[in-house]
Formats: sequence, C-alpha cells, structure tokens
Amino acid sequence: MITLDLLCARFSRLNVEDLQDWIAEGHVRPERAAGDLVFSELDVERVRLILELRDDMAVNEEALPVVLSLLDQLYELRRRLRAMGVEPDFTA
Amino acid sequence: MAEDPYKTLGIPREASTEAIRAAYRKLARKHHPDLNPGKPEAEAKFKAVSAANDLLSDPEKRARFDRGEIDADGQEQRPAGSYRQYAEQPTGAKYGARHGQRPEAEVFDDIFADIFEQRRRAESGPRRGRDESYRLAVPFLHAMEGATETLTLPDGRSLSVKIPPGVETGQVLRLRGQGGPGRNGGPAGDALIDLDVAEHSLFRREGFNLHLELPVTLREAVLGGPVLVPTPGGPLRVNLPEGSDTGRQIRLRGRGIAAHGKREAGDLLLTLRVLIGPADDALKTFLRDWKPEHPHDPRAGMEAAP
Repeated sequence: MITLDLLCARFSRLNVEDLQDWIAEGHVRPERAAGDLVFSELDVERVRLILELRDDMAVNEEALPVVLSLLDQLYELRRRLRAMGVEPDFTA
Repeated sequence: MAEDPYKTLGIPREASTEAIRAAYRKLARKHHPDLNPGKPEAEAKFKAVSAANDLLSDPEKRARFDRGEIDADGQEQRPAGSYRQYAEQPTGAKYGARHGQRPEAEVFDDIFADIFEQRRRAESGPRRGRDESYRLAVPFLHAMEGATETLTLPDGRSLSVKIPPGVETGQVLRLRGQGGPGRNGGPAGDALIDLDVAEHSLFRREGFNLHLELPVTLREAVLGGPVLVPTPGGPLRVNLPEGSDTGRQIRLRGRGIAAHGKREAGDLLLTLRVLIGPADDALKTFLRDWKPEHPHDPRAGMEAAP
C-alpha cells in the first residue's frame, strides 16, 4: 500500500490531474485511509499499464476505456478459469 | 548480448525518429504482456522491443550506439507488464468486467474530489520541508559511551550528531529542522538519522551489559592476582581471585554501557578462559611428577545423549 505522493514519485510521467480523471472514471480504484488515498500493488501496476497504453502504445483517451474494459473482461475470464481449476495457459 | 535494436524494431539504420516511434508502437501493441496474458513469450519480446526503443528513441544514445560506443545491452531494463501478475489473482476481481457501466463514478467523484482539492490548496500554502533520511555508521565504542559524530550530507553541509550512549542499529535520531527546506514560508523538515552500529572484535552487547571473554594464564587462574582488562573506558586493573577457572564470570559493575538520563550504567561481564600457551620443560616435569591431592575427572557424568 502506498500513498498518492509515493505513487507520483514512482512514475515521473504521471500527472496528478490525469490520475484524478482516471479515478473519477473508475479506471483506478484506490482506497481512502486517514484522509489520504492509498494504492495497492494491483492499483500501482494498473497505473503503470494505463501509462504504457497511453504513452507507449498511443491509446488515446477515447480508446482507453474500451481497452481497459476488454482487458477487465479477459482477466475476469482467466480468474474464473483459475477458480475452476483450469490453467488458462496451455501449450498446444 | 541483445540483438541489433534496428533488427528488433524491423527498421533500417537510417530510419527517422518518427519511423522508430511508429515501429515501436506497433510492436508494443502487439507484444505488451498485459495484453497477452496467455503468451509467456510475449514478455521477452516486449522487453526486447522496449530496450531497443529506449536506445534508439534517445538521439544521444542512438548516436553513441551507431558510433559503436555502447552496445545493445547498455540499457537498463525497465519493468513492464506486471499488471497481469496481480490481475490474475482473486484480488484482481476489484477491476472486474463492468459491462460498460461506471456505477461508482459519481460516488468516487464526491469521495475523492476533496482529497485532490486539499492537495492543490496545500501546494499553494506554506508547506513543511521534507524529512530527509540518512545512514550513519557508528563505531561500537562510540555507541556504548556516547559520542558526537559528523555526518556529511550530499549537499556538502555537515551535521553534528550527538549520539547518546546505548544506541543500537536501527535506531533513528531526529534532528529537527535539518531536513529539506520548507516552501512558501513553511518550516524545514527533519533529518532522520538511521544508525548503524558496528560490531566489536572484543565486546559483545547484551541489553546494557557488555560481555568480554578474558584469556588468563594457568598461573593467573590458579593463584589469582592482578590482570589488566580492556574496558570501553580504558584498561582497568582487576584482581583475580584464587582458583579462577575457565567459565568463571566476573562482574565489573558500571563498566558496561555508560549511564544516560535516569538509566544507570550497565556492567561488564568477564568470562575467563584459561590459555595454557606453550608448555616448557619445567611445567611438563612438574605435571609428570604431580600427584593431585583431590583428583577429579572433568568428564565425569558426560554421556552422549541418544
């Protein structure tokens, strides 16, 4: 769990206004503790993913929710497979 | 040795910055590990592509690579695509499929807007400087007796750090107002000094007492007498009692860790160890002819446990 300040320190290309938008949109979902935001490892990596989608892959603001939604569905399926005891990565 | 970065990105050596960027984007979209959770080989490809891009997108590094000054491995690898490691765990369900809705968005706005608002306000108002952390190595005896050490900071300032007696590794001293400068008239932060107390070749610490294994000669052990003992405060003459055998403990009150505030000084505990050293003919002759008055077997009652 890390704070907003540490998160901003970790990613130099992260801008607080963008983060606020992503939180408002529900793309990133930190928790609130003692008047500050706290980010789990999952949240931190999600921020990294969004930054890479935006900066390295030129996924723009309009496309970002589409990509994230598809990814969320993909990972949900993989989690369900795992929960059923199926290893999603098979080598054919 | 990594592959030629031009080959990795599939571009000619004279490619323009734009062409490099375009090639990288195309490959990053294709191989990003979080977009390919079922393909373990995607990660290696993405890393290679990212490393090639890091090298070629920086005109200075690219020129040095072209001149042969650095090789394709001269790049640090950046972590990429570790989201999936977390997303695949059950806790990843936090970002479950939302089917196009954003049910919590309004609530999120309300809850978090004021945090960001506070942050903005805090940035324009007086702000306390940051606390800076430093490490300070302290010689063992300085930590036992107390001392003043000088810490040279990265910016060239030096701080005088008063070490109270009895500090331990991991203890942190706080020097108020010696950290980062405040902003907009705010107070300076503190310097936090993380102490690292060295071990000592002679003394071992236990609480506020010190232990010292003291070698004595056969004559000193049998007959007793004055010996010179090293202590943290300097050598001390100690009178050994007669019959001071190996293992005997002698407590020197108040010669351990120095007193501090209401805490009294600790003790120095000597554990004797008889060291015979090279035996001469006289000793050998004496022992051969010696008939002990009270013969004893030091190994009596010793039996190997099953």
